[in-house]
Amino acid sequence: MIKLIVGTEAMFFLALIMAFVYFSFSPGFRSHQLLNLDIKATGVFSILLFSSSFTFWRAEINYHQGKIKQLRFWLLFTIVLGGIFLLGQGREYISLLNNNVNLSSSIFGTSFFTLTGFHGLHVFVGLIVIAIITALAFAGDYNKPGSSVIDSVGIYWHFVDIVWLFVFTIVYVVPHL
Amino acid sequence: MKLILLPEPEEPIPSLSVSHNQGLLQWISSVDHKQIGIMYLWLSVIFLVAGGIEILLVRWQLAVPNNHFLNPEVFNQLFTMHGTTMIFFVAMPAIFGFNTYLVPLMIGANDMAYPRLNAFSFWMTFFGGFLLYFSFLAGGAPDAGWFNYAPLNEYNYSSSPGIDYYCSGLLLSGIGTVTASANFVVTILKYRVNSMSLKQMPLFVWMMLINSFLILAAFPSLNAALVMLLLDRQLHAHFFSAAGGGSAILWQHLFWLFGHPEVYIVILPIFGIFSEVFPVYSRKPIFGYAFIIGSGMAIALLAFGVWVHHMFATGLGNTVNNFFAASSMLIGIPTGVKIFNWLATMHGGAIRFKVSMMFAIAFLIEFTIGGLSGISAALVPIDWQLTDTYYVVAHIHYVFIGGTLFGLFSGLFYWFPKISGRMLDEKLGKWFFWLFVIGFNTCFLVQHALGAMGMARRVYSYPDLPGWGILNLISTVGGFIMAIAVGLLVYIIIKALKTGEKALRDPWDANTLEWTTSSPPELKNFDHVIPVNGARPFRDFKRPDDADWKKNGQQWKIN
Repeated sequence: MIKLIVGTEAMFFLALIMAFVYFSFSPGFRSHQLLNLDIKATGVFSILLFSSSFTFWRAEINYHQGKIKQLRFWLLFTIVLGGIFLLGQGREYISLLNNNVNLSSSIFGTSFFTLTGFHGLHVFVGLIVIAIITALAFAGDYNKPGSSVIDSVGIYWHFVDIVWLFVFTIVYVVPHL
Repeated sequence: MKLILLPEPEEPIPSLSVSHNQGLLQWISSVDHKQIGIMYLWLSVIFLVAGGIEILLVRWQLAVPNNHFLNPEVFNQLFTMHGTTMIFFVAMPAIFGFNTYLVPLMIGANDMAYPRLNAFSFWMTFFGGFLLYFSFLAGGAPDAGWFNYAPLNEYNYSSSPGIDYYCSGLLLSGIGTVTASANFVVTILKYRVNSMSLKQMPLFVWMMLINSFLILAAFPSLNAALVMLLLDRQLHAHFFSAAGGGSAILWQHLFWLFGHPEVYIVILPIFGIFSEVFPVYSRKPIFGYAFIIGSGMAIALLAFGVWVHHMFATGLGNTVNNFFAASSMLIGIPTGVKIFNWLATMHGGAIRFKVSMMFAIAFLIEFTIGGLSGISAALVPIDWQLTDTYYVVAHIHYVFIGGTLFGLFSGLFYWFPKISGRMLDEKLGKWFFWLFVIGFNTCFLVQHALGAMGMARRVYSYPDLPGWGILNLISTVGGFIMAIAVGLLVYIIIKALKTGEKALRDPWDANTLEWTTSSPPELKNFDHVIPVNGARPFRDFKRPDDADWKKNGQQWKIN
């Protein structure tokens, strides 16, 4: 089930990414990217997001080994990393908005905010879901191995990270090449 | 295969059967796949009437040249709502109604894999539809056609909120469609009765499995386009406005990348229905079971490689146009394979001309006409000549009505006894059949000629050119004959529900598992399921001496 949902979500992001790539060939788009986007800061936040995939993977491993304390720790760690990523994205949005780059300012603003915004929304939803399973883990619902919930959430969370890998490459890295 | 527990209520849900002491609440709160399936079907009937009234007004306006019955704005809203309604809120819910009702029964399951998600899917579709219709009260319905081209869909060109309702309504129902499809895939793959292998699944279930993957891959493209359009209209983004650096052609790409698979989404399940109907009424096994599955998969894959044939007139260049012209002709092949499968199934069979079978046979003819006009429009020069004329209108209606709607009627007459426990009146049914078929051909056959003569679609009036008036009048008369036929159908259904003859368990001497249950089935579909050793388990059960599995694969041969 979760694989089907992730598959259909992948098609959704494919459409958004294709729109971004399509517009990135328009004149002035690349200079917008170079001028407005801070690849270094976002790169650091991206590394944190990718690490959260690692921490969640540790949570899955520990759950299957029945190590509940470690499970709780790694889940919390994942939430912190994902949360910091979102804060970083918020910081970048604020600085862009202060420079009058927004949805309606140019085609760069339109496609940038839509693509990264939908990704951020997925991170946010993922954090809510992980927060719920963390609460359940503290409540003792996962004291026994055998539930597929954590693995299913994991598929979603890793997917969100993989999408960011593509988004980060296309939006931030490609203009520097 | 490992044993999987079926989700079933510990106690019967209050009053599924006769005593409706909870009335409407019991339907609203239901998570039973049969009730949800019935609600899908009623939803599509409601919207069929709504979409039908809209188009009758349009046909009335077009009955004579230079008519002023409707003004252009209302005309635009009516044909837009007609197309959107018929595709998203008649064809889709009707297909999902049959699927939700029948898939679990056909695979020997007691419910869908996720019953609550199933209810969620239905209610999303329900509210999506009514949100779309709320636009009439909120200041004007969408008016840019069902495929809603940019820049007509932009705020500058359509400032009434109609298109915002189009976006949000279709987004809601789109989410419902996607969740329902995921639910179908899991149900079909995980909840079959243990003895049923994939190669023994009814073709109806097979087609829905393929179709679900098609939906999962195609709908996100529409959803993304709708979101972008909403951002354009509400937050002044520039996706589709060339003035702001956006691209109007992007809408067409995204829409048709969804839109062309969509036409296969509304026909593949219909192919499934016919693959049940033809064998039962021909008293023969389906000819080429594996070929029907294989060509279904081929259609699903090719469906993503043909979308630009809707855009030949946009000037994408000869290379692109030729590629998509070739791929569009290619996709005719697997569809043709299926037509021959059904013809060969009928060949040498003891055919019973029930209403359901008559619609199936009529489908073969009408759908082939629609297929041929489609192939002709895939040729780029012909398309340039005929695009946006009534020729295309005739084509789309020959495949949507002659294909999808005939299939739904065929399925309705076939499964109604199972769903309601009552038989439909065959005699009145035949009146309905002939009225509808005659009305349909009267309405749309002449539109091929009108299109070839250059009459543009979506224009609210036309000049009194030679032949145009009379052909349009014939078309309008045909439309009203179809409306009378649909009225008769509603009467037939209501009459059957009130005083219809009680249906037996298996009135058509059918092959598949749903007919082993009582008519209508109990809340819990199955206490036990008969053994499944082939694609026709119920027939094997009824005729153990002549069972398919005893014949070493001979059932795949003609006669």
